[in-house]
Amino acid sequence: MAERPRRDASDVPETPASGEPAAPAPEAPEESGNRLLSTLRGMLLPALALLAAFAVGAIVIVISDFDLLGQWGSDPIGAIGASWSAIMATYGALLRGSIGDPGALFGALFSADWEALRRAFGPLSETIVSATPLILTGLSVALAFRVGLFNIGAEGQLYIGSLFAVIAGFSLVGLPWFIHLPIAVGAGFLGGALWGFIPGLLKARTGAHEVIVTIMLNFVALNLIGWALKTELVQREGRSDAISKIVEPTALIPALVQGLRAHWGIVIALLAAVAVWWLLFRSTKGFEFRAVGFNPRAARYAGMSIAWSTVLSMVAAGGLAGLAGTAVILGGSGTLSPGFSPGYGFDGIVVALVGATRPLGVVAAAFLFGALRAGATPMQAATGTPIDLVVIIQALVIMFIAAPALVRAIFRIRAERRTAEVFAKGWGS
Amino acid sequence: MTAAAAAHVMTRAERRLRTRQRILGIVYLLLAVAMVLGFGVSVADDASSSFGLTAPTAPIALPNLVIPSATTAYLLAAVVAFAGAVQLTRGFGTRGAIVLGLVAFAFVFAFLTWVAAGQSMNLTGLLETTVQRSVPIAFGALSGVLCERSGVINIAIEGMLLSGAFVAAVVTSAFDNPWLGMLSAVVMGGLLGGLLAVLAIRYRVDQIIAGFFINIFVTGLTAFLSVRLLQPYQDELNRPERLGPIAIPILSDIPILGPVLFNHNIFVYLLFGLIAVVHFGLFYTRWGLRVRAVGEHPKAADTVGVNVYWVRYTNVILGGMVAGLGGAFFTIGSTGGFEREMTAGRGFIGLAAMIFGGWNPIGGFLAALVFGFADAIQSRLSILSIAIPSEFLLMVPYIVTIIVVAGLVGRARAPAADGKPYVKE
Amino acid sequence: MSPEPSHVKLELRGITKRFPGVVANQDVDLVVQPGEIHALLGENGAGKSTLMNVLYGLYRPDEGEILIDDKVVAFDGPGDAIDAGIGMVHQHFMLVPVFTVTENVMLGVETTRGPFGQLDRQAARGRIVEISERHGLHIDPDATVEDLPVGVRQRVEIIKTLYRHSNVLILDEPSAVLTPQETDELFAVMRSLVATGTSIVFITHKLNEVLEVADRITVLRRGTVAGTTTPDETNLEELAAMMVGRDVQLVVDRPPATPGEPILEVRDLVVRDERGHNAVNRLDLAVRAGEILAVAGVQGNGQSELVEAITGLREPDAGVVLLAGEPLADSPRDVFEAGVAHVPEDRMEDGLIADFTVADNLVLNSYWQPPFASGLRLHGEAIVSNAETLVGEYDIRTPSIFNPVGNLSGGNQQKVIAAREFSRPIKLIVAAQPTRGLDVGSIEYIHRRIVAKRDEGAAVLIVSSELDEVVALGDRIAVMYRGRIVDTLSPDEATPERLGLLMGGAHPEDDDAGTLVGATADTGSEQADG
Repeated sequence: MAERPRRDASDVPETPASGEPAAPAPEAPEESGNRLLSTLRGMLLPALALLAAFAVGAIVIVISDFDLLGQWGSDPIGAIGASWSAIMATYGALLRGSIGDPGALFGALFSADWEALRRAFGPLSETIVSATPLILTGLSVALAFRVGLFNIGAEGQLYIGSLFAVIAGFSLVGLPWFIHLPIAVGAGFLGGALWGFIPGLLKARTGAHEVIVTIMLNFVALNLIGWALKTELVQREGRSDAISKIVEPTALIPALVQGLRAHWGIVIALLAAVAVWWLLFRSTKGFEFRAVGFNPRAARYAGMSIAWSTVLSMVAAGGLAGLAGTAVILGGSGTLSPGFSPGYGFDGIVVALVGATRPLGVVAAAFLFGALRAGATPMQAATGTPIDLVVIIQALVIMFIAAPALVRAIFRIRAERRTAEVFAKGWGS
Repeated sequence: MTAAAAAHVMTRAERRLRTRQRILGIVYLLLAVAMVLGFGVSVADDASSSFGLTAPTAPIALPNLVIPSATTAYLLAAVVAFAGAVQLTRGFGTRGAIVLGLVAFAFVFAFLTWVAAGQSMNLTGLLETTVQRSVPIAFGALSGVLCERSGVINIAIEGMLLSGAFVAAVVTSAFDNPWLGMLSAVVMGGLLGGLLAVLAIRYRVDQIIAGFFINIFVTGLTAFLSVRLLQPYQDELNRPERLGPIAIPILSDIPILGPVLFNHNIFVYLLFGLIAVVHFGLFYTRWGLRVRAVGEHPKAADTVGVNVYWVRYTNVILGGMVAGLGGAFFTIGSTGGFEREMTAGRGFIGLAAMIFGGWNPIGGFLAALVFGFADAIQSRLSILSIAIPSEFLLMVPYIVTIIVVAGLVGRARAPAADGKPYVKE
Repeated sequence: MSPEPSHVKLELRGITKRFPGVVANQDVDLVVQPGEIHALLGENGAGKSTLMNVLYGLYRPDEGEILIDDKVVAFDGPGDAIDAGIGMVHQHFMLVPVFTVTENVMLGVETTRGPFGQLDRQAARGRIVEISERHGLHIDPDATVEDLPVGVRQRVEIIKTLYRHSNVLILDEPSAVLTPQETDELFAVMRSLVATGTSIVFITHKLNEVLEVADRITVLRRGTVAGTTTPDETNLEELAAMMVGRDVQLVVDRPPATPGEPILEVRDLVVRDERGHNAVNRLDLAVRAGEILAVAGVQGNGQSELVEAITGLREPDAGVVLLAGEPLADSPRDVFEAGVAHVPEDRMEDGLIADFTVADNLVLNSYWQPPFASGLRLHGEAIVSNAETLVGEYDIRTPSIFNPVGNLSGGNQQKVIAAREFSRPIKLIVAAQPTRGLDVGSIEYIHRRIVAKRDEGAAVLIVSSELDEVVALGDRIAVMYRGRIVDTLSPDEATPERLGLLMGGAHPEDDDAGTLVGATADTGSEQADG
């Protein structure tokens, strides 16, 4: 962790390095302490960021439609209406694809027809399936952020965890599910934890910047998986492509409801969120993590070990990411192939940022982005808008979240007193 | 200070250095052992490796280089062992980096000899492919150098490459003019550089987050537009003319090195040119001195009247332009049409190459060659039916980068103010 | 050939500069004649650096003006000041470590040749060599700055200013990083410079130097001019009095100390700082139970390093630190467990975590112990009740114990630290600048608490550059100068003059004012393997 520069023994208080005007030095006024108001204010910026992102997304929808653009030239008034319906249609399809059609939902509930219920709750189920790994990778990145570390390696940790889980899944035969499944899940955690341990250790001992190390390890993991899936141990019999053996049924995570894809992995994810919350806010280690993340100097002065916090948090973060992959595989196909993750690890970064690195926020953000992902395919089917719109919106959300000054400039909000968090302190230690 | 205290302090400061030297020496020795066992013993005594030295297009056909496989391996292993012994005991001081390079070369050559044992392998072709594969990485590394030397971390190289590829393909197709395509790719890269600069310098957004945002945004936008625009209008927008290889008249006929270096398309020559220009600029001109000062100690530069913000803005935009140009290589410089996410992480590898190469243009290029070499050789391996899984070879450059970043082979010195926003008082 | 510097007269008239909460300079007048060495004398907080930053264009004065040769000038930044012929050698060097001397000197005013702005290092090098020879500033133009010892780096900074044709040179505490021999060399260089017409403003807190080399002296105290004089017209005692003033001291009502066993013993301590300098240079001190030892001294004489060595934050390079007869542990947590309370000098950077609540900060070093935790589990109720008790006991003004401590006023923040550190059984208190930046009420409160702990039997070591505080609290008063304790006084002996002399490096017993304490046994800094 980079040391803050030592203060000069000068006569004058230094202006703090932040984008906001300097806080008065010795006599800072005490806050009015209205908790509800400050919580709401805290939610205001992320909400506005979302709004801004969707607004820009709307612009993209309109601009990329050549016919619509043509209409602006020839019939501007009509074009406004047409644009609005295009935007509403797209976002509407997105919404219906992720949560479901309210009419169908109500109808199915009252009709007590199993088929109708299944179809009506389909979108919601897809959202849950999408959200499950995002909760876990979001927690992974958020936990590391709390200690001041940038875990870009969730993707790699996820893959290694999946590998361990799958191996535990198909190589242990004849165990009852209540023994086999926990072992497989545990193996998944272990794999990810191992892949998080490496950058943690390197950072603690040598100061190697975790961004580069984790990015490199992502590539190493991908290659490792590619190789492993072609070895005799792992590769499925009779196949020559990179695909693993299928795990035993006793290692599969059961579905929540028969016929829908949503599975108990969501419970694992939610439990993990609780566990992370407990770790961060109710345990001694979490106390240290947060202290080191906020002010490593003071943490050191208070006797805490920055090295241990670094290593432990990366191990935990890696394990969480490993669980993400495990949940997807054991709750889905039961087999591992490269590319099964559409970037859950990187999405975790977005989720962690939008969720303000709080476990509760991460869960909410994960559901939001899970909904976006789930609804993207139906949206494309219904309106022809490519699913990548969702990626664009995601990117915009990041930018607006990370640049509060930008959002404030757009919406003309007064500056708060908090200083901007800066993670990037250069590559060295 | 008493002599005892002085000696005590001496050891404390230098102990770590000595340990690193010793570890490196042991590593060399272990390498030598590995070479003997792996490349020497495992090969039949009479096997010889045949290296083709003629490129397919060369007018002069050179005889193959045939060397006894096992003996070569033993010889090279002996060289490495010797280096290891010296490193363990005395260390090489300032020449350590050169020795490291030599050891690496010896190892790699022994490896190639082993691969080609009893068979023939076209060395020139391999080297040519190496250069090909390393081009986008080298562009990425150069872009990174421009940005980071002024103190701004550029994670967005990936996005800049991708945007350059997209724009080059589309503009070239639409206007049937590859030069216009190249130019627009440069402009696009510059725009993204400008965006990064504004976010990082003016709004003091964390540079890594800002870079990530640009990557994700560009990935999403290009994929989106690829479906929305390129698929329906395939012929008009995504069938660009590709720039073919241009053989430089006399130089490309030089045996072995000729075709490797001088028979590529314009991008490679531009790359060479840019590397030379940037290297010269950074280390021999007033501009470069100021840039480096800003990257190392912006406050010192500020107090002598250098405009830190201006320097950072221009450098990041220039870096973006270089990356944009590099991106154009993916489409009009090689495959032609744009495909989503076609850069496949090359921007990040470029970053790694920059670090590996010590934050300078030539080093970055050499490092990119290493990555390119790994890429080139792993595709050969399956042809030569060699036992080593290609994935392990691909892993090597990444692992090496980790080792470099961890300072295990000497500190990789980033510009001291890299990543820290500068606040003028 | 560089032209001779022109002889300019520099004047600062009525300069006032305010910052939030403090007036750094109030109506300051300063006149520097051409070819004169003008010393600006004062202790911490006197406003010297601020004044010079105003002169150098880094700050804009709120009132007052700068005149060069009787013409008013205004600076928008260092560039303007440099153009006007003012050069500054900062206390913390503005040198790029990986560049050579030549590159550092030419940065910003590079000599180039050819169409591409190619650096002409040879030309620059030539000029540098010429300047260095003319003034006896020996350097190797091709050396890399980070390899150079500190004294040589200073020469590079001086050459930087001369290279830019400075007429007025500002030296900010130049001898802080030099050995006595190097300081003598520096003075020789200074005399050579003024002989060619350059004027020098030289900022210091060291009385001997002022008398030795200055032509005229301006003394600043608390932002205003306390007096202007020349070496002929004054002496050490008078300067000392002007520098520290005869303010009425804060008197802390306290019973006399009843010291017991020695708790803290420091012998022959050597601690190097980041620059390779011996910040603490064979220092001895001892503090007994039930007494307060107050260490006075201008900041920068090794106090920070001393405190770090005693609190386990920095490993000493030599010497012994004993706590109640046992060698002191080397990690902050072990030191804490041994019963040492540490009040760090920078409460926001080192003592508190601004984003943590008051309650959490109150257990910042004890959260892992029962009753606040058992194993991994934190006991929130214990932490809360602890906070409630302490907030009441120490009268910490906060709307809630869940308020982030960064929102509290300075005084209350310090109370949080005091509450945390003093509310457990402790043998030793180490407090560095305990009342810096606090209002009078808070200062009084903290002082009372410290005395209370002393009366309970704790040994107290206070390091402070506030003379009032030192005199008010100390049962014994030591003065630290250049990494050593130069003398220890009883409260009666600690007159402002005596203290000022000691802090300024003049041992009253020496009749030869030129002898710097600590010059005999060893040299102040070994920059051997920095």
